[in-house]
Amino acid sequence: MKRTIPLLIAGAAGLIMLVSFFVPPWESWGEDAGTWFNILQGFAFILGGGNLLKVHLKKVSDRRRGWGYSGVTLIAFVVALVCGLLKIGVAPLAKFPEHAWSGPYNQEGSAFWYFFEYAFKPLVATTFSLLAFFVASAAFRAFRAKNLEASLLLGTAFLILLGRTFAGTWLTSWMPPSWEEFTIPGLGVTVMQVFVTAGNRAIMIGIALGVASTSLKVILGLDRSYLGAEGK
Amino acid sequence: MLGHFLIWGGAAIADQTPIRVPRPVAQITAQDRADDSGKSIDVTWAPADAAPISFEILRATSFSGPFERVGVAPAGASAFTDSKVQNNTDYWYQVVVVGADGVRSAPAVTAAAVQAKARWFFRARLWFGIVVLTVCVSIITFIQLAKAGAPLTIRKIAGLQAVEEAIGRATEMGRDILFIPGVEDMNDIQTIAGINILGRVARLAAEHGADLEIPTRRSLVMTTARETVAEAYLAAGRPEAYNSDRIHYVTDEQFAFAAAVSGYMVRERPAACFYMGLFFAESLIFAETANSIGAIQVAGTAEVAQLPFFVAAADYTLIGEEFFAASAYLSGEPAQLGSLKGQDVGKVLAATLIGAGFVLAAVNALTGAMWARTAVHELVAMLGSS
Amino acid sequence: MAILDRLVKLDRRWIFLLMFLCVLVPILWGRTFPEITTPLVDRVFDAVENLPDGSKVLMALDYEPAAEGELGPMSTAFTRHCIEKKHKMYFLTTWPLGTQMIAAVIDREIKDGAPHLVYGEDYVNLGYKPGYEGVIKVIVTDLKQLYTTDHFGTSTSDIPMCKDIQSVQDMNIILNMSAGYAGTREWVQYASTPFPETITLASGCTGVQAPLFYPYLPKQLIGLLGAIKGAAEYEVALAAKYPKWGRPEYTEALRRMAPQLWGHLLVLALIIAGNVLYFVERRRRRGHRP
Repeated sequence: MKRTIPLLIAGAAGLIMLVSFFVPPWESWGEDAGTWFNILQGFAFILGGGNLLKVHLKKVSDRRRGWGYSGVTLIAFVVALVCGLLKIGVAPLAKFPEHAWSGPYNQEGSAFWYFFEYAFKPLVATTFSLLAFFVASAAFRAFRAKNLEASLLLGTAFLILLGRTFAGTWLTSWMPPSWEEFTIPGLGVTVMQVFVTAGNRAIMIGIALGVASTSLKVILGLDRSYLGAEGK
Repeated sequence: MLGHFLIWGGAAIADQTPIRVPRPVAQITAQDRADDSGKSIDVTWAPADAAPISFEILRATSFSGPFERVGVAPAGASAFTDSKVQNNTDYWYQVVVVGADGVRSAPAVTAAAVQAKARWFFRARLWFGIVVLTVCVSIITFIQLAKAGAPLTIRKIAGLQAVEEAIGRATEMGRDILFIPGVEDMNDIQTIAGINILGRVARLAAEHGADLEIPTRRSLVMTTARETVAEAYLAAGRPEAYNSDRIHYVTDEQFAFAAAVSGYMVRERPAACFYMGLFFAESLIFAETANSIGAIQVAGTAEVAQLPFFVAAADYTLIGEEFFAASAYLSGEPAQLGSLKGQDVGKVLAATLIGAGFVLAAVNALTGAMWARTAVHELVAMLGSS
Repeated sequence: MAILDRLVKLDRRWIFLLMFLCVLVPILWGRTFPEITTPLVDRVFDAVENLPDGSKVLMALDYEPAAEGELGPMSTAFTRHCIEKKHKMYFLTTWPLGTQMIAAVIDREIKDGAPHLVYGEDYVNLGYKPGYEGVIKVIVTDLKQLYTTDHFGTSTSDIPMCKDIQSVQDMNIILNMSAGYAGTREWVQYASTPFPETITLASGCTGVQAPLFYPYLPKQLIGLLGAIKGAAEYEVALAAKYPKWGRPEYTEALRRMAPQLWGHLLVLALIIAGNVLYFVERRRRRGHRP
């Protein structure tokens, strides 16, 4: 029973969603299901937040290796939550001056806004910028011309890397305008619009078929490993 | 005095530029919007004036009115969709051209009443439906054939063959296995596919006695992963080894999650890392950090933009379709493997259509033959409207 | 050969240091390099430029701080162009953190740069609504069903520039800045594809996504600004038409192209160096075999 009911729900919901794509009056059911999921996601955050607190409190209380990081996590979590929920430093809107909490939680000058502008934004931008360094180390370590395909890939990489900068434009600046397609940037655009697009489309066709197959197996109950079961 | 009046009147008249009334639109038609659940009517017209500012669309339930304004179309438009009508009710439409200074043309009115009707099938999606049916029937057929014992040839996928090797390595080294089931929620099929693979990997890990660490970016994924892993440990006969705290929620924020997982990797140095699901920019951060600690990495995703990063940085990568095939492959069950053969029918269909389109377009481009041009347009219309 | 061994086993932190210098030095040096606009960017620029003054422009800023480096200058350039053309700007986002991005652009470019513009008449901040592509599906036919108020709680029926707006089909152009999901793909799928005659869509996206959107050109997407290069080209196009925006303090994207140049050259050098080491090492191993 514990597995049968979820299987029935998954199967029925999947079939209805599939059929509703072809039946106009039922087309909005998909959007409704999406809205229900968004509501579920909202409640699930409480679950996640609770789990976060539990795991890190346990780590701190057990003094396990790295418990200091857990302490930082807990403090940051609680402080951000308190500042956001209680709207610390938020002035009421001019339209509703008698309501102290009428202003948005992320109003400029509020405590939450300060955390966002001067802690969160720089940290996120820094973590994203790590990609530049990692690309460089990956390029040094992994891009080897071991065979013909790898060599072709490297040649294309050269073209694209140069084409996206002034160096590519400068190197072929002597070419007349009628030869624009044969300049390095022009060749780069051709590679992107023809070869890369073709390759992407082929991969996407395979992915679409894979999605169809996986979805069908889930709907028909043939693949139950997401429930922990091993199938029939 | 008369002369004075004439001079003053003449000047006044000379100062007034004639007000130009725009010409009304021509060929106004109203039709029920095709293939919808009703409640929409498309109004079209042919502009007759060179410089309208906008068009006002008015509606009434009888020819004599009263007409009420239902929308405004900008200059250059020749169509408007009225989405607030009742089904099976007669409507008449007027279009008024609004020119400079708000001067309005005479209204152009539709010749006959129109009704919005609900359709019970999207005719424009017929061909798409046929393709879906073909692919589904072929998948189910091959599953049945496989169950009946028909032999199947499935090519080897290096990444999947490396799964057991990676788990064995982690067991020997006494270090963790890190598994990340993607960064999106359970409403994404890639996450479901990732959780499916997690079930298999968890069972192998339980059998080998290796520890599994599963940080998640979504709470619902954490809950599902816990159920999956608990069942897998039970099936492996090692329920006492299951530790729910090792499957935990980290944060919804993308780069905070990336930072947390990277920090875990550097501190705990897992021996094997599995990335199975939907990933975005954090993919390279994970792969390079794991590379720096010497972990063996198996990645699988259908996110086309991230595949190059995994291919460059991870040891094994399951590309798109291979990722979805992984669950079937790892189970080894004939029924599951049969579905992989069914997908091939879809690929043959896609290749046939691409080939046919290519040949027709080439013939059209080289010879300009009318039949080829018509065939190309028909093919595009058939596939494009799906 | 000891040098060879050291290079093969080079600590990646040296590479990180080189990359750091390749980014830092050009930024401090301040030298910019000329950019030539490409057809994809020209199409977007011309589409905005050729609209009559006072047209309605929807700016969908679907990104968060992580993508500000690539998409921030695009949003800025689009806003400046709209200000020059006196277009009415409607800001919204399908990302929760996109509201901060909208606020930053409005504060910097409109409140500080064009204080004569009036909120509600020249620009409006509709803010964020949850639902990702669900939002787009609704607002293509009925904007006010979802956006009953703007970001500050004012009813959209009371905002002058929203009074006559039925849906996003009433916009003369939609400019979408996209960093992922939901983004340009969803706008193409649910806006410009079902309504090709009434919706004109242009996109600015992160570099990694750009190849995925080429199939949508030129009908579903009229043009595409890819990564910081696209933003730099748009700045160049804007400066060519309105020279005031060519001053160094207004060409942030162009400034960021210099580190990109040196960074790319470093990556190329590392690829070459890595391959040289690989082939030398391979030859050495073959030479040692009996």
